[in-house]
Amino acid sequence: MNVPAAWYLVLGAVLFGIGAFGVLTRRSALIMFMCIELMLNAVTLTFVTFARTLNDIGGQATVFFIMVVAAAEVTVGLGIVVAIFRRRASTSVDELSEMKG
Amino acid sequence: MIAIAYGWPDVLVFATAAILIVVGALGVIATRHPVHAALSLIMTLFGVAVAFVAQSADFLAAVEIIVYAGAIVVLFLFVIMFLGVDRDEGTRVEPLVGQRALAALGVVITVAGLITLMARSHWVTGATSVSTAGAPLASGSGNVRQLGTAVFTTYLFAFEATAALLIIAVVGAVVLARREQRRDAEEDTPDTPDTPDTSAASSDLEGSER
Repeated sequence: MNVPAAWYLVLGAVLFGIGAFGVLTRRSALIMFMCIELMLNAVTLTFVTFARTLNDIGGQATVFFIMVVAAAEVTVGLGIVVAIFRRRASTSVDELSEMKG
Repeated sequence: MIAIAYGWPDVLVFATAAILIVVGALGVIATRHPVHAALSLIMTLFGVAVAFVAQSADFLAAVEIIVYAGAIVVLFLFVIMFLGVDRDEGTRVEPLVGQRALAALGVVITVAGLITLMARSHWVTGATSVSTAGAPLASGSGNVRQLGTAVFTTYLFAFEATAALLIIAVVGAVVLARREQRRDAEEDTPDTPDTPDTSAASSDLEGSER
């Protein structure tokens, strides 16, 4: 018998929490992107767990699309980081404060 | 006792996945070196792939390794090395007073709320298993067949939309990473380090991204 789905759901929640903490506390834009990847992976883990629990392949199909969107997001995000680094020679988000109202 | 209730192999697989995921995730947020963070991210992704295999999502586990660990983390490492930011980030001092304590408090409340929601709610759905026509989720090649059938029938429009999204993302990345010489000369700000090596490096980046 397989382990209960609740274990995987708790694992996903913990992973999401760790990623959220990283986004809130780290200052490097690259590390923040990695923490967003952690949160996305927590959500995919939850989707796969529910796909198994509810016996529906739709959860796995959703994870497939999440991965595509994550790949596109990382590509554009790292492009923005490179463009900012050309201007500012830094990836720290604390120094990007020109647009504050 | 737990192992007797659920069987040794499954508990062992879950424990392995959990340790890989949590240790890797803590490594991502705790290490000061961006390269170490990227390697810790690979560890977490392997743990997630193990959890996928344990829940009969074999195709997604393979995609997780190939796309995430193989492509996305390599892109991260490429940008880290290209920008030369592979040095320690000062994490000793907090930029804002009490930021970490507040962040930890918010995260603990969020996770506790999620777990309480899981423990107390009863998952009721209407028509389950529409896409698999009542058949249980298969593993191995059956998983690929079921997932492919779902993606190319039920989710066909979303699949076509992701094709457009990927094209737009590629064009956007090329536009963002591109550096036009004439416009740079006009808009050059005094704080821009416009040295010959950065333009040479940017042409390298353009070439490797295409």
